[in-house]
Amino acid sequence: MSGYAKRVTGIVVVAAAACVLLGLYIGLYLTNQPGSASAAQSPAGAHLYLGTVPASEGTDPHPSWVSYYAVDAASRNWRHDTTFVVPANTVVTVTIYNYDGQSGLRNPFISQSQGTLSGGFTLDGKPTRQIGPDTASHIFAIPELGVSVPVYGVPDDAKNQCANAPCGLATAHSTTTFSFRTGKPGVYRWQCFVPCAAGYIQGWGGPMQTVGYMDGFVKVV
Amino acid sequence: MSDVNHWRRVVLWWLGTSIVATLLVVLFLAPILPPGNGSVEASGQVVDNTVLLGISTPIAMAVLVYFIYALIVFRERDTTAVLDGPAIRGDARIQTWWLVVTTGIVLFLAGYGTVRMLADGAGGGQGPNPIAKPAGAARALQVQVIAQQWKFTYRWPSYGGVETATLELPSNRMIEFHVTSLDVIHSFWAYQLGVKADANPGFDNVAYVTTKGPLTFDIHCAELCGVWHGYMFEKGRVVRPNQFSAWITQQRAQNVPATKSLPPYSKQYFPDPQRRGG
Repeated sequence: MSGYAKRVTGIVVVAAAACVLLGLYIGLYLTNQPGSASAAQSPAGAHLYLGTVPASEGTDPHPSWVSYYAVDAASRNWRHDTTFVVPANTVVTVTIYNYDGQSGLRNPFISQSQGTLSGGFTLDGKPTRQIGPDTASHIFAIPELGVSVPVYGVPDDAKNQCANAPCGLATAHSTTTFSFRTGKPGVYRWQCFVPCAAGYIQGWGGPMQTVGYMDGFVKVV
Repeated sequence: MSDVNHWRRVVLWWLGTSIVATLLVVLFLAPILPPGNGSVEASGQVVDNTVLLGISTPIAMAVLVYFIYALIVFRERDTTAVLDGPAIRGDARIQTWWLVVTTGIVLFLAGYGTVRMLADGAGGGQGPNPIAKPAGAARALQVQVIAQQWKFTYRWPSYGGVETATLELPSNRMIEFHVTSLDVIHSFWAYQLGVKADANPGFDNVAYVTTKGPLTFDIHCAELCGVWHGYMFEKGRVVRPNQFSAWITQQRAQNVPATKSLPPYSKQYFPDPQRRGG
């Protein structure tokens, strides 16, 4: 093989390898999506258990970022999934164990629950319609379904606070429970409306702008 | 060349095709032009789009007719001999006409656009001190549009300052939108109403619209505002006045707890950052 032919062959091989790698990168990027967690099924309907923490697990790519997690009824089995799968045309009950502090809302209107079956929610077992805007830690909202529920934050002076996920029920927390009825199948986004991203301008950066922390999808199937 | 008067031929072809094409555009395309007829301003925008298309159609036909005529008539039939054509020379008469016509069109459009905009603002945001106030603006129903990542909410100073999560408007009524933002730059775009106004933090952007009959309209954010910008959309409704009265009464009752927490109504909605979020 002549020197010219070798050069051409080398260029073709390198170009082909680059194309394959680029194709793999694009393919993986397009097919990659955060993990999903399915609601627990019972005769009463579907039940979704979530946990919110001031900071993710130490092994997370962003261990200092605030985040939602999927958990079980006893606040164990923490999974960093923010795509929640729920059945269509069903009453879905959501329980949120919140271990994070109080950030406060920019818009006090959102401190009132909207779109739940009863119009309100229970906070540590007490029927509630609204919390103080300054005491909000997070919001769990599915705007397209009209659902929005505030999550009460752990007071600053609370004892035995939890810093990083996973957190147990023995540490300071609040428990928020509400129900809503799903409609037809579809994919809806959910998000937090509290500017809770510590260290970012007005709290709106980082985990608020990255799917998989303070936002994700609700898949109604 | 032959004695054929190409100039006359082109002009005649242009005249014929322009008349047909402009009639087709005005009669068949104009009625389906965006944004529709959901409001007086939206209908005005359809008229404006029709006028612009009506003017640009003959211009487009001039280009197309000359292009096709040149391709057919001036093509080289003898492919064995490729020769250059006659040299192009300036023509003062054509240049003068070109300048007169294009200047006239541009000046007309500038005047037309200015007159149309000054009439009622054409549904656009005019800043805090609008200069294009439509007649009867003093009696308009005020609605504050509050944008935040990634949702719009609406505040009603005429109804106790209540804030709502959705937007319903009475039909056949002038609305004075006060558009603002809590965080980054958004844009309130009520498509079928022909309203588009930037939502800037700490800024009151006024836009007027006069609704027509009942309809459902699309609301989008029209300014790239973060990861969920593409999901910042919802439906609004224009309903009969009695339905609107019932809706706003129900909203006031339903949102009593939240209304008590709201700051006094202000044309700028930019509360101080709270605790950690600051």
